[in-house]
Amino acid sequence: MQFEAKITVMPIAEILDPQGKAVALGLANLGIANVEDVRVGKHIVLHLSADSQAIAEAAVDTACKKLLANLIMEDYSYTVQEVVLA
Amino acid sequence: MAKFGVVVFPGSNCDEDMVLALRSVAPEAEGHQVIKLWHKDHDLQGVDVVILPGGFSYGDYLRSGAIARFSPIMTEVINFANKGGHVMGVCNGFQILAEAGLVPGALLHNTGRSFICRNVNVTATTTNSPFSAEAVPGQAYTIPIAHGEGRFFINADGLKSLQDNDQIIYQYCDATGQVTDDANPNGSVYNIAGVSNKAGNVFGMMPHPERAASALLGNTDGFVVLKGLLMGVGV
Repeated sequence: MQFEAKITVMPIAEILDPQGKAVALGLANLGIANVEDVRVGKHIVLHLSADSQAIAEAAVDTACKKLLANLIMEDYSYTVQEVVLA
Repeated sequence: MAKFGVVVFPGSNCDEDMVLALRSVAPEAEGHQVIKLWHKDHDLQGVDVVILPGGFSYGDYLRSGAIARFSPIMTEVINFANKGGHVMGVCNGFQILAEAGLVPGALLHNTGRSFICRNVNVTATTTNSPFSAEAVPGQAYTIPIAHGEGRFFINADGLKSLQDNDQIIYQYCDATGQVTDDANPNGSVYNIAGVSNKAGNVFGMMPHPERAASALLGNTDGFVVLKGLLMGVGV
């Protein structure tokens, strides 16, 4: 079975995100005045093959914990969907 | 007689400087040896000390140090460290050690958003570490930094644990040795410039001692770290 995982990695709430601050400044300069906060993270898409949804999710979770996110500074979330080939 | 191994990752760029600086404190004429280790190697070749140098390993993709941490040689470096072997990481090397969990904390983007390349002052917070044993308490040492992601971060419990276990080795300070907010170049928690693991044998710092190790170039303050290391390993 083929799966597609969509992973979001974000800096944890309690730490300053300088990139988000810079983007907020850019948005203000652009004239979009009602943006109150910006945080910038990463979006990662994986394609993987596995025998079941649970196995695919376990692999994605391990990938996130061990490499894709650093849990000292980042949180992650993901969705895993089976890709049905036409 | 000590044997030093400087690991070269794809994207390391301070490896040659580190080899030269180590050779000046640990000359071959006195029986010391400094070799380079390739990231794909599985053999530490009997070195007494492993050094992870600065640079931009794997292009700093994903997070600084995150991919280098899974280089083949890191398995050996982690085993070596867990057996009590001395390991030092500078700049990107510190980021790799943090990603590997060999030293606590993480290195985030500098608060001021910019890459900072300039001299800063650091002072030894403790001298109960081979990496600061040669330092005079309260004295400021001028050592350059060159990083975009050098803001040391650890949560409040983690900081307390570092303090309780004497793991804070160097802090950013002013020219008189005072640890002040103004002397903090990148927003690091508690002005931390260098930390060790609990056992004290693994150490990472953002400033570059190997760039302050030449009388001809006008600064030898980095010797305080490198000489301490040579004495501290006791070989």
